[in-house]
Amino acid sequence: MTLLEVRGAAKRFGAVQALDGVDLRVTAGEVVALVGDNGAGKSTLVKAIAGVFPLDAGEVLRHGALSVVWQDLALCDNLDVVANLFLGRERVRHGLLDELEMEREAQALLARLGVTLPAVRAPVSALSGGQRQSVAVARAVLAQPKVMLLDEPTAALGVAQTAQVLQLVARLRSEGLGVLVVSHNLADVFQVADRIVVLRLGRKVAELDPKAASREAVVAAITGATA
Amino acid sequence: MTLKERLPVLIGLVAIAIVFQSLNANFLSARNLTNLGLQIAAMSLVACGLVFVLLLGEIDLSAGAVSGLGAAVMGVVGVRFGLPGPLCALAALLTGAAIGLFQGVWITRFTVPSFVVTLAGLLAWQGAQLGVLGDTGSLNLNDGFIVGLCATFLPPLAGGALLVAAITGVALTSVLSRRWVSAGRLGLLGISGGLPLAIFSADRGVPLAVVLVVGVVALMDAVVRRTRFGRHVLAVGGNAEAARRAGISVERVRIAVFALGSMLAAAGGVLAASRLLAVNQSSGGGDLLLNAIASAVIGGTSLFGGRGSVWSALIGALAIGGISNGMDLLGWASPVKYGVTGAVLLLAVTVDALARSRSAAR
Repeated sequence: MTLLEVRGAAKRFGAVQALDGVDLRVTAGEVVALVGDNGAGKSTLVKAIAGVFPLDAGEVLRHGALSVVWQDLALCDNLDVVANLFLGRERVRHGLLDELEMEREAQALLARLGVTLPAVRAPVSALSGGQRQSVAVARAVLAQPKVMLLDEPTAALGVAQTAQVLQLVARLRSEGLGVLVVSHNLADVFQVADRIVVLRLGRKVAELDPKAASREAVVAAITGATA
Repeated sequence: MTLKERLPVLIGLVAIAIVFQSLNANFLSARNLTNLGLQIAAMSLVACGLVFVLLLGEIDLSAGAVSGLGAAVMGVVGVRFGLPGPLCALAALLTGAAIGLFQGVWITRFTVPSFVVTLAGLLAWQGAQLGVLGDTGSLNLNDGFIVGLCATFLPPLAGGALLVAAITGVALTSVLSRRWVSAGRLGLLGISGGLPLAIFSADRGVPLAVVLVVGVVALMDAVVRRTRFGRHVLAVGGNAEAARRAGISVERVRIAVFALGSMLAAAGGVLAASRLLAVNQSSGGGDLLLNAIASAVIGGTSLFGGRGSVWSALIGALAIGGISNGMDLLGWASPVKYGVTGAVLLLAVTVDALARSRSAAR
């Protein structure tokens, strides 16, 4: 079932054609990786999908809610994990915060996603980069989306933390979500993606199956070199 | 705030007590501590409002002027128009809230730094205060209600009943919000309430003003820690962009906080006027604003937003007020007093900055 569909997306910023007729589809239970060099149009496409700005031409069709986890995560360092997960969606009882209910739901959610944290009452500032990423993803899951858009989720993470986050992405897929991952890291992409969409200079230049395609083929598509 | 974060100021309080008691045996007497309670009541309320503003990472330089204007409005409507005391006090609070609303809207709407808007406010509201007071520049207060705020002392039994009610209230909100407060904490609350109760009872009784201030601080602390609004204030102070993306109306939170802060400043003005039995041109002036800011910061509320507690207003006011009271007892001259107060403030902010850089380095 198609959850997210982009048709003929086009966007121009001044003299730069940032997107030029891009098509994209994400179906349920699928991880699609969006790769490309700097300036290929990844960010523009992601922002257009998220509704940050309108497209000049083409359309974005969503069948179900979309949650976006931006690269800068947007967590409140001074608040604990539970408070961050429920920020803007606090559970209230008799006019007061229902901390017990929020803590229970947080524990259940993190367990379901296989995320292990030192303590759900620890301030987010005390967590590692991978744990922070996991909290941001869990926060997005709490909105019960059908599609998740992850912007560079493993950038700036160490090896173990990257593995942790990729495991989380696989978990989202097994829950039947459609996942669109923007990434620079080809190792990660080959490990977790079901499909690789390559952008170059605003156009979709390749759509590859990581099981069949070689890494060289992806690199060639990204750089435009004829390998 | 954890006990560990409070430790510097608590150690400071103990040091203040030891130093001044050893220099003057009257410092820890029941009479002097009761006076101290009355001296810091108004400043504590102003500081309480400032804590909210500081939690956002903003500043309100108009708090002192607003407290003075609020008191002037209260005096004028009482003396010139003959309104009953409670309505006069209400007029002061509404004046404060309206000013805060105006400043908050201006700050968010035109994205002018709060520093500038409230600095302009400081001047404008001082002018308004002079205008409201008119030619004589001074009004004597004799309304029973207003004067009674600082002149009423509750007998020990009434004070004890209030303390029991307070502990029950804490236990009840804990049950309602299902966030458990341990018996140990309730015991600690009993001790920290029982000790002043015993001290006040040894003198004239529990000052009504102190009861009011502690009640307001406790209520505002519950607002910060137990309500959705308070959570949003902390979120905006911690990371405004994250709060915005979470669907929180950052502007509305900011405006509400400035309105609340100015209203509490005006409430402080009411108490100050009640204690002075008058409103005059210097009401709300002098070092009130800076001492209130110093109180909040010394108590442990960060100047950089997102970290702190409403109780820090009271604890910090106790420290600032205690130092000032002690130096008065010793008859120290103003140059020394200002120097010492400045040094203490510098020390407190440095501790805050060091704590912040340490948690950032982690």
